[in-house]
Amino acid sequence: MAHITRRRFLQATGSAVAVGALGFPAIVGAAGKKVVVVGGGAGGATAAKYIRMADPSIEVTLIEANAEHFTCFFSNEVLSGHRGMDSIKVSYDGLKGHGINVVIDTVTEIDAAGRKVKTAGGSTFAYDRCIVAPGIDFKDNIEGYDEAAMRAMPHAWKAGEQTVLLRKQLEAMPDGGVVAIVAPPNPFRCPPGPYERACQIAMYLRARKPKSKLMIFDAKDKFSKQGLFMQAFERHHAGIVEWVAAGKGGLVTRVDPSSNTIYAGNTAHKVDVANVIPAQKAGKIAVKAGLTDDKGWCPIDGRTFESAIHKNIHVVGDASAASPLPKSAYAANSEAKVAAAAVVDLLNGRQPGEPSLVNTCYSIIGPNDAISVAKVYHLDGGKLSGVEGSGGLTPKDSSPEMRAREVAYANSWFANIKDDCWG
Amino acid sequence: MNYRIRYLGYLAPAIIALTAGGQVFADPGAEMMANTCAGCHGTHGKSAGPASPNLAGLSESYFTETMLGFREGTRPATIMDRIAKGYTNEQIESMATYFAALPVYKANVPHDVAKAKAGAEIYESGCAKCHDEGGSLPGDDAGILAGQWLPWLQYSMADYKAGHREMTKKMKKAVEKLSDTELEAVLHYFASQQ
Ligand SMILES: Cc1cc2nc3c(=O)[nH]c(=O)nc-3n(C[C@H](O)[C@H](O)[C@H](O)COP(=O)(O)OP(=O)(O)OC[C@H]3O[C@@H](n4cnc5c(N)ncnc54)[C@H](O)[C@@H]3O)c2cc1C
Ligand code: HEC
Ligand code: HEC
Repeated sequence: MAHITRRRFLQATGSAVAVGALGFPAIVGAAGKKVVVVGGGAGGATAAKYIRMADPSIEVTLIEANAEHFTCFFSNEVLSGHRGMDSIKVSYDGLKGHGINVVIDTVTEIDAAGRKVKTAGGSTFAYDRCIVAPGIDFKDNIEGYDEAAMRAMPHAWKAGEQTVLLRKQLEAMPDGGVVAIVAPPNPFRCPPGPYERACQIAMYLRARKPKSKLMIFDAKDKFSKQGLFMQAFERHHAGIVEWVAAGKGGLVTRVDPSSNTIYAGNTAHKVDVANVIPAQKAGKIAVKAGLTDDKGWCPIDGRTFESAIHKNIHVVGDASAASPLPKSAYAANSEAKVAAAAVVDLLNGRQPGEPSLVNTCYSIIGPNDAISVAKVYHLDGGKLSGVEGSGGLTPKDSSPEMRAREVAYANSWFANIKDDCWG
Repeated sequence: MNYRIRYLGYLAPAIIALTAGGQVFADPGAEMMANTCAGCHGTHGKSAGPASPNLAGLSESYFTETMLGFREGTRPATIMDRIAKGYTNEQIESMATYFAALPVYKANVPHDVAKAKAGAEIYESGCAKCHDEGGSLPGDDAGILAGQWLPWLQYSMADYKAGHREMTKKMKKAVEKLSDTELEAVLHYFASQQ
């Protein structure tokens, strides 16, 4: 009943408004209000776009350090040679099409009290509300892993030249070589990522360098989608992939890039290719702006993603402490929409409504085999939490036909999320 | 009283949304939920493919029944069962209203032209009754097949034929008359519809 009334009303206003859209300045309370978005990754791009779609009277400036963005998601497929760098490259032209002012520059300061953002290029941008989405930075949990070591032992945990570097090392490696993936402690960007990477690289090794081995040295004793990944290691990558838990000698404390040596437990492992993924924290600018807590992430209010530390600043994506949501592109995209809706509401003098979020993460783990995890999230007693009974993993015993469909759907996810963030 | 307050609440976002892209957004709550689907089904239910289906324009009743089917496990799914379990009946109905208010989206789907041509005749005699106007009429309450992603149509047909998803008696009769090649051709026809 309420449904019908509402729809009729909308249909009626629909045509009336289409005629006189510009005749309602009094309703558009946010005209001329300014939003500055820091970072044009999955989180920042989505926030900027969804603010403009909901209220084009708001001026949105997005400041991003790089003229082109490479998505981390599906970058593991570049490592296996299943795709090229071009397919994970996104441009900012789509966002410009939404009337977003895209500035390629690095933000060096966020002045929360003065509501201003400063850049390395010397510009200053005033804002009414700011959205901060700088992604991650690395912690110093591994001795010897400095800036120089990153070139010898690439992390490839930020996509771009690091991805290319790791791919080139894999290509140059002789058959019979050893690849090491050093997996980070929780919490980190893309919990299934290191294990999906192992599967992708193993597919390349099986096809081109079948005498080679891949060792995962883990800082943890268990990991995301573990049962499904262990099944994949056995089903598709037997004899190639070996996982070493922290408690079984997997914890890496030191590396020596000059000899490609990894020190795990009490053993020195000399390897051919070392992919070292350090522990993580919020992106540098979030730390510098005083948005982080003692664990290195940005605490937020789950309804609006406004910082619990600084007013008028919202933090979305990997940098935010949005647990139980994981640090994934799907979560970043979903959080950004909640923040965008809240910013539009607040700038229009309205109360932000109830948030609703989803996370999904596909992993392509073998030829014609993909798995997924999903969950719906809401606000429960003021805190973000999973909706009871929702979500979960691909069943371990799902048929090859369903696994093959998940590959097609993983590719659909990639196309649609890219479009939804940057298109 | 209550009605009036809600009425005003919807007014502003509806107008803004309309001036933005000509879309009609129903209820802010519905839009908030529906936006979470975009990463897999495309912004505003317009999928970029290659497999996940367009949602824009699905009728309220088809959408609702489909979501309930996913939730209760009566419709086969790789992932929608797990997602549908996150929503109440009311939330599903509210999303149904939202997606039904969007114009039907026909994607530019890669297809085999010769098969689509052969499929057109089979369509006319076997499927048009219930999937009118090339399968683009929401009011048929039978999904949107026009400009729908081909792998999705193929999976749906495979599920019907394997008995994993129930066909109406009459559709079953129409489908059983056709060979696999003929069925494949009709699906290419649907995918080709613009
Ligand atoms: C190998 C791998 C695989 C993954 N696979 C998946 C997957 O399958 N599914 C999934 O959902 N997620 C996946 N992820 C995770 C996903 O990539 C991240 O969660 C997501 O990118 C987070 O988005 P963000 O906006 O927080 O950060 P980012 O996407 O990293 O964006 C941050 C942006 O901010 C910019 N920036 C930083 N500081 C500044 C500054 N001071 N000034 C200006 N610009 C700045 C950066 O240049 C960057 O463009 C994967 C990650 C990895 C590493
Ligand atoms: C992780 C990706 C993903 C997300 C997120 C997702 N879907 Fe789906 N959806 C799918 C896939 C894949 C299918 C095909 C069925 C299956 O295999 O699960 C599908 C099918 C559907 C269908 C059936 C379409 C038809 O024509 O019969 C509907 C309806 C639907 N989804 C609605 C939604 C809604 C509403 C949301 C958001 C609340 C949503 N989906 C979120 C992946 C997703
Ligand atoms: C008597 C009516 C009727 C006839 C005839 C009919 N259909 Fe259907 N069809 C339906 C209905 C109703 C549904 C939705 C039922 C459901 O939810 O499973 C449907 C659903 C479908 C779907 C799934 C849509 C989706 O998005 O998942 C496909 C594919 C399809 N039909 C193909 C065909 C083809 C091909 C023919 C002709 C050979 C045909 N149908 C003939 C009534 C019919």
